[in-house]
Amino acid sequence: MSSQAWINLAYLTASMLFIVAFKLMTGPRTAVKGNYLGAVGMAIAILAACFEQPVVQSVAARGATPIVMLAVAGIIGAAIGATMAIKYPMTGMPQMVALLNGFGGAASSLVAGAELWSMTAAAKLTGETNAAAVKAAETQLAPWSQFAIATALTGLIGAVTFWGSFVAFAKLEELPRFKKAWTDPNRHLINLGLAIATLALIAGLCAYPTSNLLYWLLVIVGSALGCTLTLPIGGADMPVVICLLNSYSGLAAAAAGFVIDNNVLVIAGSLVGASGLILTAIMCQAMNRSLVGVLFGGLGTSTAAAGGDDIYAGKVKSASAEEIAMVLEGADRVVIVPGYGLAVAQAQHAVRELANALEKRGATVEYAIHPVAGRMPGHMNVLLAEADIPYEKLREMDDINPTFPETDVAIVIGANDVVNPAARTDPKSPIAGMPVLDVDKARTVVVVKRSLSPGFAGIPNPLFAADNTLMYFADGKKAILDLTNALSKG
Amino acid sequence: MLSDLLPILLASADAAAVDPATRFIRLLTVFLLAMWVGFEVITKVPQRLHTPLTSGSNAISGITAVGAIVVAGSLATRFGTLLGFLAVVLAMINVVGGFVVTHRMLEMFNPKKK
Repeated sequence: MSSQAWINLAYLTASMLFIVAFKLMTGPRTAVKGNYLGAVGMAIAILAACFEQPVVQSVAARGATPIVMLAVAGIIGAAIGATMAIKYPMTGMPQMVALLNGFGGAASSLVAGAELWSMTAAAKLTGETNAAAVKAAETQLAPWSQFAIATALTGLIGAVTFWGSFVAFAKLEELPRFKKAWTDPNRHLINLGLAIATLALIAGLCAYPTSNLLYWLLVIVGSALGCTLTLPIGGADMPVVICLLNSYSGLAAAAAGFVIDNNVLVIAGSLVGASGLILTAIMCQAMNRSLVGVLFGGLGTSTAAAGGDDIYAGKVKSASAEEIAMVLEGADRVVIVPGYGLAVAQAQHAVRELANALEKRGATVEYAIHPVAGRMPGHMNVLLAEADIPYEKLREMDDINPTFPETDVAIVIGANDVVNPAARTDPKSPIAGMPVLDVDKARTVVVVKRSLSPGFAGIPNPLFAADNTLMYFADGKKAILDLTNALSKG
Repeated sequence: MLSDLLPILLASADAAAVDPATRFIRLLTVFLLAMWVGFEVITKVPQRLHTPLTSGSNAISGITAVGAIVVAGSLATRFGTLLGFLAVVLAMINVVGGFVVTHRMLEMFNPKKK
């Protein structure tokens, strides 16, 4: 068997391991093993890559230089990656994942750029000995060849991924400059202009694949597009963006696979691309948002904001910590509904203490997790797990909804649209049909919130004016601490 | 010197010196089948594992490290090697960071640690 065959066999093994890794990721007990297998697959693929012909032949010509260089690059990258992953606080997970994702996208763009550069250099060679190489390079660089198209796509998707992820990171990290969504009224025009430029450059590069200039122009325009597409997206839509960027980084790797004719890149890349797309669809569905709406940002944020006053007028009951503590004292079953606001306020440990205090009094406490609660898919589960809240108490929406009528008190912390009963009752509501947690069916609902301001859907929430609802206006974390104090005093 | 090394770079292109359309369709087949497997497998992931799944698949998207190693290791052109070097660094950050972070997250879900 030739050495190339062994390498391909190694790639095949790695690809199978990736598929099994994804499969194991579907179960909480097997997920750790799945992650290990993924890492093993990656190690096999990376090792095999070091035996690829171009590397082996350059070792033959230059001695250890290429291996030393690869080792240095690999160690630098691994050290940075490991440090980031270990040092970063668990609560900053969404940012961290966004950043890592961006690096993958950037790497794909660089791979395509490097390959294009070397290929065009090879095509310019002269002399008898190089005839075969020149011919091969010319075939690759033919207009509209697989190489040309794939190079253009890799450059574009990689650049969009990197800059989009960087902006997402900045937003999640709450860097002051990125805090507010970009709502310039001309942004659709700017995006349209960039999109046209992108298409023109892709066509140009496909027609003239020997132009390195066109490639880097495409990368620059893609970078701008990555920023302008992510900047207008509001905090609550972040889970969708993270999934989508994740999918892009996979697609960029798959496109790079088409550039260098490599199966393992295509397989792993498309697995990631598919998983990202599915999660994006799940997130969009759970938020009752169309993908187009999220991508082009700000839809529905300013429209239906009116009308809140007559819904709320005279019906909203505000309560103090002591009054709420009194209600909680008599409760046998309490369901806590954490939302985006809890993630922002980092109140998960405070919530855990409140739950402890309630459990000490003999109440059962469970948590209702909406699919998009938090700042990335499944984020709330990670946050609450970090606060040592046992896994079995975190219940998914479909699972816990039927139990609300038997619930004494539902405590809603920093959630709004995901508990809005209008989605169920009012067919004209902008969120009609969106899956919500039926907290309004609980005997008493306590809503911890800073004000009556609407959530990201921009609509009033009749829950706040319901007869069985007590509003507790305060900052999330402080409110929970005060409640816990009031409860232990009482 | 440059011209000695460049043919090396094209070795992989040589090996695949089949008809370009055949080659493309071969890769496209792989791509579509892998997408399909991806859709089938991922649809069944429960909500609470969405975060580890996102970060785990994120680590796997660092597979582009393989491409980076091949273009950097060939030392074909100076600029190409520089880009390749950077690509290896970035892809390795993605790979190692991704797997470690996923492991940390999954550990938290594991009650045995206490």
